[in-house]
Amino acid sequence: MPLAPDASAVEIRDAILRREVSAVEVCRAALDRIGAGDGPLHAFLHVDAEGALARAARLDAERRPDGPLHGVPVALKDNISTRAMPTTAGSRILDGYRPAYDATVVVRLEQAGAIVVGKTVCDEFAMGSSTDYSAYGPSRNPWALDRTPGGSSGGSAVAVAAGMVPIAFGSDTGGSIRQPASFCGVTGLKPTYGRVSRYGLVAFASSLDQIGPFARRSADAALALAVVSGADPRDATAAPRPPFHAGDALRDDARGVRVGVPHDLLESGVDPEVRAAFDAALETLAGLGARIEPVALPHSGYAVPVYYLVATAEASSNLARYDGVRYGARVPAPVLGDMYDATRRAGFGAEVKRRIMLGTYVLSAGYYDAYYLKAQQVRTLIRTDFERAFETVDVIALPTSPTPPFGLGERVDDPLSMYLADTFTVAAPLAGLPAVSVPAGFTRARLPIGLQLTGRAWDEAGLLGLAQAFERATSWAGERPAI
Amino acid sequence: MATKLSRDDVLRVAALAHLTLTDAEVETFARQLAGILEWVAAIEQADTAGVEPTARIGADRPAWRDDEPAPSLARDEALAGAPEADRQAGLFRVPAVL
Repeated sequence: MPLAPDASAVEIRDAILRREVSAVEVCRAALDRIGAGDGPLHAFLHVDAEGALARAARLDAERRPDGPLHGVPVALKDNISTRAMPTTAGSRILDGYRPAYDATVVVRLEQAGAIVVGKTVCDEFAMGSSTDYSAYGPSRNPWALDRTPGGSSGGSAVAVAAGMVPIAFGSDTGGSIRQPASFCGVTGLKPTYGRVSRYGLVAFASSLDQIGPFARRSADAALALAVVSGADPRDATAAPRPPFHAGDALRDDARGVRVGVPHDLLESGVDPEVRAAFDAALETLAGLGARIEPVALPHSGYAVPVYYLVATAEASSNLARYDGVRYGARVPAPVLGDMYDATRRAGFGAEVKRRIMLGTYVLSAGYYDAYYLKAQQVRTLIRTDFERAFETVDVIALPTSPTPPFGLGERVDDPLSMYLADTFTVAAPLAGLPAVSVPAGFTRARLPIGLQLTGRAWDEAGLLGLAQAFERATSWAGERPAI
Repeated sequence: MATKLSRDDVLRVAALAHLTLTDAEVETFARQLAGILEWVAAIEQADTAGVEPTARIGADRPAWRDDEPAPSLARDEALAGAPEADRQAGLFRVPAVL
C-alpha cells in the first residue's frame, strides 16, 4: 500500500510495523521524490541511495519493532558529520571531506531505526540566511523557485516542504532552522542550548549552535527531538538532563497559556502581510484559550548587532582549524604559512571571510572591550529581559521573519540587509532559549509566513504543545507546494 | 569606536586571520566592515555598568565525567582525510615551516 507523500513519520513507522509497506518501499519512494524534485529545488548535496536502501533492507529483515523512527527516511544538513557520506558544510575547504566518525545525532537516529538518505544544502559553515552563500549553489523555495528557501539550513527545509522526507535536521545559530522553516511553510525547532549534543556538528559559534528538527507536523518534530536529545559524554555542553519525551508535547487547546507579545519590536520593518498573518495567529491562539498579553524585551533591539559580534568572534576562532593540514582541501605552497594562507584564500567564500575578518577585528587588541566584551554584557541584558518576561507569560510570540521569502541573490551584495533577516530569531539563541516556527499563513502571492513561539529553557513540550494546538486549529501546516 | 577602516587595518586583520586578500577584496571589506562596525556601534547606548558578561549559556559548569581511558580515533583513521600524510610513520606532512 503506497503511503501518501505527505505521510507523517509516525504514520510511516506504524505502516511499516503493521507490514502494510516495507522500509525498502518507503525508502525507494523517498529517493524517487528526491530524484524527481531535486533538479529544480537543489535541496541535496549528497544522496546515498545505495546505503539507504541497504539499511532499509536490513531493517525489513530484522523486523525489530522497537525503533521510534523505524524505517523513517531523514535528511541532514551537510554540517552534521556522517561517516557514510561527505560532510562539506557547504564549503570548498571541505570539498571531499569524509568524517572519521558520526555525529551523536546520527548515531541516535540510526539506533532509533531512521534511515539517513542524504545531506542537504546550506550556507557555507551555516553563515547566511538564504543558502546564497553555499559554495555548491543555493536551494530554491518550493513555493516560488525564484525565491530563497531561507538559510542557513535551507536544503533541509526544502526537503521536508517538498515531501522528500518527513523529517530533516538542521542547525540554528541565529535563526538557521526557524527562518527557513518559516520561508518553506514547515515547522522548525531550535531546542534549548544543551538539549542536543553538538558532537560532530561543524562548529560555527559554539555558545549558540544547536541542532534541531524540521517536520511537516509538530508531533513529528517532537518525536525527532526525543530521539536525538539528552546528555552525551562527548559534549560537555549537552546538559545532564533526562531526554525529552514526545508524549509531553501533545495538546489541542491553549487554555491557561499566557502568550506575551513584545509590541515595541513590531513597530517598524515588518511587512504588512506578515503583520496581518501574525495578528490573525494571535486571534487563533486567543480562540484556543490563550491569554494574549503585552510584554517588554527592552534590550532585544540590540540583539542583531550583539549576535553578529558574538557569533563572528566565536567563528573566527572555530574556523582557525581549516589550515590544509589534517583534512579537507590544501593549496600547495613551499612554506607552511603560505600554504595556510593560500588554502584559506581558495577554500573560504566571501561571506565566511567577511565574518572571520569581523570576528578577528573585534577580538583584536584595542577593540576587545568596546566590541566583544560590551556585546557579552548586552547579551546578559537580553537574557535577563527574557527571565523577567517569563515571570508573567509562558510563551513569547513574534513573526519568525519580518518579511516573506526574498529573491535568490537579492541580498548577497549587501551583508547588512541579509543580517536583518535575522531580526526576530537571534534573541532566543543569545538567551539559550527554545523557539519554534510554525506555519501561520501565506501572502497573496502564496509565499509562506511563519509564527515564532519562544519558551522558557527546557520547555520544548510547552512550545510544541502550543504549536500542535495552533496547527490543528488552522489549515496552514497541511498546505503543500505544487512542485 | 572607529568606524573607518584603513587599508592597513584590513591587511592587519587579514594577516591575523591567515587570509590573503586581493586588492579588490581589501577595498570591498574595508567598506563593508566599516558599515557593519558603524551599525553594531548602536550597542554603545546600552547601559552595561556593573553587568556581568555572558560567555556561555547553561549550568555554572559544564557536565563532568570521570577521566577514564577509552579507545579514541585510530591513527590511520585520523590520517585518512589528510591532504598529505606519512601513513607508515603516522604523521601529517606539511611544507617547510620556514
